[in-house]
Amino acid sequence: MNLFTPLSWNDSGFILTGIMNTIYISVVAIVIGTILGLLIGFLRAESNKSVNMVLGGFLDILRSVPLIIQLILFSTYVGAMGHPLSPFIAGSIILSLYTMAFMSEVFRSGFDSVPTSMRTASRSLGMSYLQTVIHIRVPIGMRAVFPSWLGVALSVIKDSALVSVIGYMELLRTGEQLISRTQEPLMILIGIGLFYFMISYPLSRYGKHVERKMAI
Amino acid sequence: MDNYEFHWNVVFDAFPQLLSGAFTTIHVSVLSMLLGIVIAVLLALGKMSDSKIFYNMANIWIETARNLPALFLIYMAYFGLGAYGIHLSPYFSVFSALVFINAGYLAETFRGGFQSIPTTQYSAAKSLGMNSLKVYRHVILPQMFRRIYHPMTNQFVWSILMSSLGILVGMNELSGETQRLQSTSFRTLEFFIVAAVMYFVITKLVLLASGLIAKKVFKGELS
Repeated sequence: MNLFTPLSWNDSGFILTGIMNTIYISVVAIVIGTILGLLIGFLRAESNKSVNMVLGGFLDILRSVPLIIQLILFSTYVGAMGHPLSPFIAGSIILSLYTMAFMSEVFRSGFDSVPTSMRTASRSLGMSYLQTVIHIRVPIGMRAVFPSWLGVALSVIKDSALVSVIGYMELLRTGEQLISRTQEPLMILIGIGLFYFMISYPLSRYGKHVERKMAI
Repeated sequence: MDNYEFHWNVVFDAFPQLLSGAFTTIHVSVLSMLLGIVIAVLLALGKMSDSKIFYNMANIWIETARNLPALFLIYMAYFGLGAYGIHLSPYFSVFSALVFINAGYLAETFRGGFQSIPTTQYSAAKSLGMNSLKVYRHVILPQMFRRIYHPMTNQFVWSILMSSLGILVGMNELSGETQRLQSTSFRTLEFFIVAAVMYFVITKLVLLASGLIAKKVFKGELS
């Protein structure tokens, strides 16, 4: 009996699932991470030292412990407590929190980049606090940090490969399974690499383009 | 906390092994950073050179390193090169992937740092009678170093955190060691909590040291 079967067109569906899953979990993490990051970033820009210390400490843990350890720890923890989560849910939660930790710093510096005089000016025009935030501080602050936001989003797409460690069938893991069946590592890996590159490269070029345009 | 009992003794007994794993983590990060810096200087020079060949070579390296997942590059070194009959050890595959990525990111940092210094400074220093070597030694490089110091620290921290991917190819750094220890004792949670704390402490110590060095070297003039 032949244990290894060569790569065939039937595998393309399998790889496609991996591609879709990678995109899926990245989009989920980026969206949730951006929303939470915006909230936390605003909170950090607004609050006093002691609140910032607590928030900063929590974000620090998310940033200073390797993502792969966070993933293993979280999925083992919920399992040991008797509420196992599916790899997708557990992966999304950790990846979103991880994204949030980086996004909040980006957004915080965005909020800080809006001059105080602009805030005072809008208040003196009769805008309420909330209106100032929605119409002045968010649009102006966020525009300034768009390239950094894109940079974080790109790293999330790349880091989503790590969710494979808790069993989520994303692109790299589908590749790994195909490799163990076909024993053709090089070809499969190059194909997978091309896919990551095709997503990441145009976006990073676009980010650089925007950055250059803003610098002038 | 219904039915899980923490047993920390087994972790404390294995602490020497964890420490040796942490040592390997630092080891691989420092070495990959040092070699990465050397290559990054060459890449940055290539990216700024007029020669099309050097420019393209540097550009391909930089863009590949920046646009591919670290885990992918580790797999490439570990499984991919096997197709050519090149079998790298887990340590060396993680090391080479980290070097490759560090070089790519640092090259852009170096180039940015270099280009942020106006060329007029070069002319000004020249007109004061300095030769090229002196201009770089006393004017350009000190300013450049100040600007790339923080990004370099971040890259080093990134290397420490990413070396944890060694767990997936059976390397014996902190994560891999943790994985090995938990698989024989089944105290998964305890071991990984301790590993997480150790990573946190290592990262904080690196940042602390970096801040102290910056204070000493730059005397508070860090831009």
